[in-house]
Amino acid sequence: MSEKNINLTLNIWRQESPEAKGYFEKFEKEISPDASILEVLDEINNRLEFEGKEPIAFESDCREGICGACGLVINGQPHGPLPKTATCQLHMRNFKDGDTLYIEPFRATAFKILKDLIVDRSGFDKIQVAGGFVSFNTGSAPDGNVILISKEMADQALDAAECIGCGACVAACKNSSAMLFVGAKVSQFALLPQGQPERYERVQAMVKVMDENLFGSCTNTYACEAECPKGISVLNIARMNRDYFMAKLKTGTNE
Amino acid sequence: MNRLNQFFNSSIGKKLVMAITGIFLILFLVFHLINNLMLFGGPEFFNENVARLDSIKPLIRVMEIILALIFIYHTYTGLKLWWENKKANPEKYAVNANKENSTIYSRTMTITGSLIFIFLVIHLYTIWVKYNFGMEGSEDYFEVIKIHFANPIWAAFYFIIMIFIGFHINHAFQSSFQSLGWSHKKYTPIVKKIGTVIAIILAVGFASIPVYFFYISFGGQG
Ligand code: HEM
Repeated sequence: MSEKNINLTLNIWRQESPEAKGYFEKFEKEISPDASILEVLDEINNRLEFEGKEPIAFESDCREGICGACGLVINGQPHGPLPKTATCQLHMRNFKDGDTLYIEPFRATAFKILKDLIVDRSGFDKIQVAGGFVSFNTGSAPDGNVILISKEMADQALDAAECIGCGACVAACKNSSAMLFVGAKVSQFALLPQGQPERYERVQAMVKVMDENLFGSCTNTYACEAECPKGISVLNIARMNRDYFMAKLKTGTNE
Repeated sequence: MNRLNQFFNSSIGKKLVMAITGIFLILFLVFHLINNLMLFGGPEFFNENVARLDSIKPLIRVMEIILALIFIYHTYTGLKLWWENKKANPEKYAVNANKENSTIYSRTMTITGSLIFIFLVIHLYTIWVKYNFGMEGSEDYFEVIKIHFANPIWAAFYFIIMIFIGFHINHAFQSSFQSLGWSHKKYTPIVKKIGTVIAIILAVGFASIPVYFFYISFGGQG
């Protein structure tokens, strides 16, 4: 709490509506190094509201890096320059006095810009609805530890399940591919016994909806893994590819 | 059929096509390099070996057709993917931070691939057509290469393209493993290194030929 305030030039994307033409609005601001980037936006918005102007629209919820709501591109990098950090955890002490920042929404055909920094990520929801679940019959709760799972498998499944669905992978990808997201969602179930009955239907259904929603395909640049705030591994994409081939080879698993 | 169609039109299916055709193309390049390095054995050695291949001409013709189909399918699918991916991501960011999160080799696959394609058309038109239809009874295949690379423009063109082939393969080799669904914490870094070694051997191996012939065209010792 001791460091001096810094002066930054912020170029922030403004766009009235999905159809409107967007532009960068420039703000010169003195900022505490302890503020997070979302707090900087809050401060700017306070001033804008005070002046009777339209505040900057952006999304955020938990502000502790676990909900995936806040997704901004800062100087060309989703969630900014720090690895494995969500936008809300990016503090201004990571920038130097006099720096210029460009703050933009995630850009992809599949993520339509709704307003300013807010994009429509419902494509992810559609993929999830297609297969990102396991089906259970209701009844009394099963006993714990009836189905044994090796530590290694459990670890890998939990690593995949860390995905918060923020969309940074799509935003980072030169093809706007959603494969890291879908790979993680497919893997978290494919690795566990509970996910087996629907394993091959799941991967086919999710990939189909992914393709239908105008996400690109994978060139294996691995930019997604580098920008993912949760460090989801591209290993999950390979697993999805493999399951997809297997599904197509097996009989009775296509719709 | 519907099932197959669906598979080959899916994003993952197209990548499988790229990976399998690409691996065959790398395999071809390895054999092509071995063949070409025979140039360093001198005119007699090289000409004898080219003539020997003549005795299995029918087999070679069949392989050429298969290779051409693989090449065309790889190029077609590559360009299709490029087009679709461009549509999926039409707008760029104000600041280009690509180099922070990916390699130049991976981002330039379409460019290096297209250059290879242009090169190949020219290469076939000059060397392959000459060997197959333009020898006029002569069997001095070595001489054709020698004359070709005495021209500094040809030598430089081949040299530069070989660097780009190296770029393409450096990314492509490991990428095909990933596309085929094989990724491993411990082994994938090794696969990446093997890919780089293969890329360097192929690029340096092929590039050494124009360099050598350009050098001897000045009366350097062959
Ligand atoms: C000597 C010739 C060539 C070899 C050995 C070769 C090899 C490969 C290999 C092994 C891959 C990896 C596939 C994967 O990512 O799973 C690849 C990808 C690719 N190749 Fe080639 N290739 C050659 C020529 C070409 C040509 C002529 C084009 C024309 C455009 C091309 C365009 C591409 C593209 C665009 C990709 C990446 C596709 C993507 O991931 O989106 N290649 N190549």
